[in-house]
Amino acid sequence: MKILILAEHDGLQLSPSVHQAVTAAQFWNSPIHVLVAGHNADAVAQQAASIDGVERVLHANAVHLAHPLAEDIANLVASISEGYDVILAAHSSFSKNALPRLSALLDVAMISDVLEIKADNTYVRSIYAGNVLTTIQSTDAVQLLTVHGSNFAAASLGGNAEIVNTETPAAFKKASWKSEVRSQSDRPALGSAKIVVSGGRSLGSAEKFEQVLSPLAYKLGAALGATRAAVDAGYAPNDIQVGQTGVVVAPELYIAVGVSGAIQHTYGMRDSKIVVAINQDPDAPIFQVADYGLVADLFDVIPELTAAIQ
Amino acid sequence: MKILVAVKRVVDYNIKVRIKADGSDVDIEGVKMGINPFDENALEEALRLKEKGIATEVVAVSLGTSANQDVLRHSLAMGADRAILIEAGTDLQPLAVAKLLKSIVAREQPNLIILGKQAIDDDAGQTGQMLAALLDYPQGTFASTLEIEGDEILVTREVDGGTETLALTLPTVITADLRLNEPRFVKLPNLMMARKKPIETINAAELGVSLDARLKLIQVSEPAARKAGIKVDSVEELLNKLRSHEGILV
Repeated sequence: MKILILAEHDGLQLSPSVHQAVTAAQFWNSPIHVLVAGHNADAVAQQAASIDGVERVLHANAVHLAHPLAEDIANLVASISEGYDVILAAHSSFSKNALPRLSALLDVAMISDVLEIKADNTYVRSIYAGNVLTTIQSTDAVQLLTVHGSNFAAASLGGNAEIVNTETPAAFKKASWKSEVRSQSDRPALGSAKIVVSGGRSLGSAEKFEQVLSPLAYKLGAALGATRAAVDAGYAPNDIQVGQTGVVVAPELYIAVGVSGAIQHTYGMRDSKIVVAINQDPDAPIFQVADYGLVADLFDVIPELTAAIQ
Repeated sequence: MKILVAVKRVVDYNIKVRIKADGSDVDIEGVKMGINPFDENALEEALRLKEKGIATEVVAVSLGTSANQDVLRHSLAMGADRAILIEAGTDLQPLAVAKLLKSIVAREQPNLIILGKQAIDDDAGQTGQMLAALLDYPQGTFASTLEIEGDEILVTREVDGGTETLALTLPTVITADLRLNEPRFVKLPNLMMARKKPIETINAAELGVSLDARLKLIQVSEPAARKAGIKVDSVEELLNKLRSHEGILV
């Protein structure tokens, strides 16, 4: 039995979620291989090789993998999938684009965003925006899944896996990468930040969102998040939306400011260790998931809170 | 250009789904159902392409039982030209759905297939990518803008930490994100007219696709609820609690 992990990276740095995927993969007690697909991403392959528990890194190096398309990743993994009993990746916009495509190529079901591995082929995942947990069993010979990174501890460094170059199939002709826009920010990445400050529609405008929340986030070294309502109203960019259809976060401290607490939002933050909610409405559902609630006008207390933090 | 839009019938997004007493499944009997919100974005985009003169026909397809007629009527009322119902039961998994849709693509020959990026019931987010793979078409998932130029489509996709733009050669599979558009409201006269339009019904058995469930449901349960904590009266009290009890922000 062998396990294959599809690694996510930006060409220079391996995503920290790969370490979590390695921990998930250790459930099967079998050799773990990590596939690094990129262009001149040798440094990334080295990083993957240094994760404790990885036996081999497969390195696919090709020009067309510089900005990998789902089509090319799926074709690549399918071409080397022979002999692997489990293929997995951490759940992200990268893996949820590519792996369902692989799933159809291999004609096996895929289990998305696994919260817990119960047995070799049995998993817990959530449905209905996290309101229901399901335990499901895959009857397929190959287990294909993405795992909910924050539910698995990060595997430590200290490994020294061999790095093996692997053949890359020809580029998929009918799709090409054109451009990307990355949010420029000095703040930590939302998905991995220790503290997240999130704002809702009560902020009232994009200017207020920035004016009120940024100083607090800056002082705390926190990432900024937003509810869908705030994003739809144009107060915040869509890549910081926390929730069912946005980013799922699990920081040490989550400060919800003017957030009502719709289930679609709480899905994205309820694994946070400590939740603080500040809202003028004492009946806002966010207080039901908050460790500390402060019923107050956010425009009064956020500046006060910001000033009180050293 | 013909566009095929797949619409799923799901529990209304405002409803908190309950679990059957024996934990065997969710209990959705008698619960309000409707069109999957992301599929409504998919249909809206198809209709806008038609209104711009780029598309000539918009066909809505739904898989399930005769109950799915409601979401197809809704689609017709929004402006779809035709509706197809594939009778295939209610327990369909994404791979089976993708295979059934592939056979409809073979019959209808659309240049563009648009689906929602995920269904809000199973939250799998797989069907569009699977369909693209089965057809060997390019895919543009989590799309927030589409631009069609000749036989090429430019898709801006929402990805972690930003967006990226891809150029795809038609025919193509697109999955819609919420930001793709704001779906129109259905006007009552349109709904009345939609009731009179025919819905073509196809039995899944005629399509020769295996619908075998690959995933077996063992049980469902409620997640451990976060316990509501305490209310504090001031910023000072909040900071004291965080510092003394949680050891953070010290």
